[in-house]
Amino acid sequence: MAIKTQPVTVNLGPQHPSTHGVFRMRVMFDGEEIVDVEPVFGYLHRGSEKLAEERTYTQIVTLTDRMDYVSSMLNNQAYILAVEKLAGIEPSPRGVWLRMIASELQRIASHLVATGFLLQDLGALGTPLIYAMRERENILDLFEMLCGARITNSYLRPGGVFMDAPAEFWPALDRGLGDILNTVDELETYLSGNEIVFSRTKGTAVLPKELLINASITGPMLRASGVDWDLRHRAPYDYYDRVSFDRILHTASDNYARYWVRVQETRESVKIIRQCIEQIEPGDVRPSFDEVPRLIRPPVGDAYAAIEGSKGELGFYLVSDGSIAPYRMHVRASSLINLTLLRDMLIGGQFGDLFVTFGSVDLNMGEVDR
Amino acid sequence: MIGLGLSRGFAVTLKNFLRPAVTEQYPDRHVGLIGAAKAAGMNPFQFLVKKPTDSLKAIAGLATVPVAVKQSPRFRGNEFTFFEDRCTACASCAKYCPLGIIEIVSVPGKIDAQEGESYKLEVFDIDIGRCMFCGLCVEACPYDALHMGTGFERSKYVRDELIITKEELFDAPKRPSSFYRPQFEENGFDPFKETIDDHHDAGRHERPSDEDLKRKWVDER
Ligand code: SF4
Ligand code: SF4
Repeated sequence: MAIKTQPVTVNLGPQHPSTHGVFRMRVMFDGEEIVDVEPVFGYLHRGSEKLAEERTYTQIVTLTDRMDYVSSMLNNQAYILAVEKLAGIEPSPRGVWLRMIASELQRIASHLVATGFLLQDLGALGTPLIYAMRERENILDLFEMLCGARITNSYLRPGGVFMDAPAEFWPALDRGLGDILNTVDELETYLSGNEIVFSRTKGTAVLPKELLINASITGPMLRASGVDWDLRHRAPYDYYDRVSFDRILHTASDNYARYWVRVQETRESVKIIRQCIEQIEPGDVRPSFDEVPRLIRPPVGDAYAAIEGSKGELGFYLVSDGSIAPYRMHVRASSLINLTLLRDMLIGGQFGDLFVTFGSVDLNMGEVDR
Repeated sequence: MIGLGLSRGFAVTLKNFLRPAVTEQYPDRHVGLIGAAKAAGMNPFQFLVKKPTDSLKAIAGLATVPVAVKQSPRFRGNEFTFFEDRCTACASCAKYCPLGIIEIVSVPGKIDAQEGESYKLEVFDIDIGRCMFCGLCVEACPYDALHMGTGFERSKYVRDELIITKEELFDAPKRPSSFYRPQFEENGFDPFKETIDDHHDAGRHERPSDEDLKRKWVDER
């Protein structure tokens, strides 16, 4: 006898520990199967883009920290590149190397958080998350040495960074890179061969390549489907053309592939940092105030600069009217755009996979809502 | 083989179980008898004889000693260090603050025959309840009068008490962070051990050379 069931609508979030911030979903279930999903967001909207219109170009750096708060260095970098393009600023070489080191460290930290929370969503309560967080903590300590803050760094300035790294930073960085590799090895030993992880993530929420490209998804999500698209390689900014690294690709495009790409990318980031340490040259970390004053007045015009953020293409679009503040700022937030395929990923899936899939997208609500 | 991955996972967990703990104990750390005796400045036998109740507590694992959190000298703490004698009331810091939370009121002061007219600072309030400790005000100060502080234990019950006034800044122990002050790092200044009492010792981070000053103010005019 077939059991007749009635679809039920369940409200998930916004105050739910697994929604990675304040995200709300209205999900309709038919038994265990997901029939419909309606994402609701905007709970963390702070109007950063509007606030930027009445701040000077240097002051906006502090706003970008708070957009994607697990990768603030990367936000700083994307914004600073846009300002440099708009105002025609030639950055100082040492400053550029330092910000590359900082942003690669931040990418590792962000990927570790993403992996840790994905496994938390899988039901591995605590342990992998704590291991990942322990490593991230070391990276945050390095940031504290560099710029005096752990999360809201505001380390970058137009033309470079505000201050050179202290002497004790370099040995600590060397040690930290070894620790990161150890932790990633551990992560792989206990997870990548784990039968439970396999059975829960392999073959779930598969997204076809064409759909990803059409929805302009970028970052690890796209690379997990086998599309070789990494802005560090395709359109090198800063000095990424002077370092070599492998592009990590997977073809399955399921939850496991997304997790795997992130774990492997941390190794590549370590490689990049090692090359930066070899190539860094002494000198000023930012142009003098005669060249780049504190109040920058870019010529009338607009500029768009994008970097490969930890979650995808992170771009800043700035319009200048010739005054000390931008006329308009727009952020191409990768988290928001990666969220657009949520329905395609979830519908037809099981209730138990909902949060795993959601975690594999690696969202940051600070960036989605801005 | 099913189960191999799982057992490898357990091996890693076991390895981590035997690692030293990384948890930072704050604000207190539990100590045993030896630790408690050390904190009191005695050897354990003296401690046992002189303070029997404290020793019993320590043996029962109830004794705690305060710990200092490991901080980098550049740490941007939630307070400020201010050398009033250096401040010219130029208000660069107030203009540079993204949130506009520094309030400065200045009046013309005495007239010095050599230095010309000087300004006297009447009000210098920083509302740290709204501050985000970005340090841009410190970066803007051309005379190195304002520095980030290194302390962070400043919770209050009333919001108004979070406004730091000139007097409070003046009386506070001067433990400036080396954020944007490379001269401190060059001198090996450690804000967690020493203070800077005289503003002359604070140094200048970008003192222009005499040639630069001449070029800027004489030649280019
Ligand atoms: S630290 Fe930043 S927010 Fe705080 S007073 Fe200084 S400039 Fe303003
Ligand atoms: S910028 Fe420095 S000198 Fe000027 S008012 Fe502020 S603290 Fe005083």
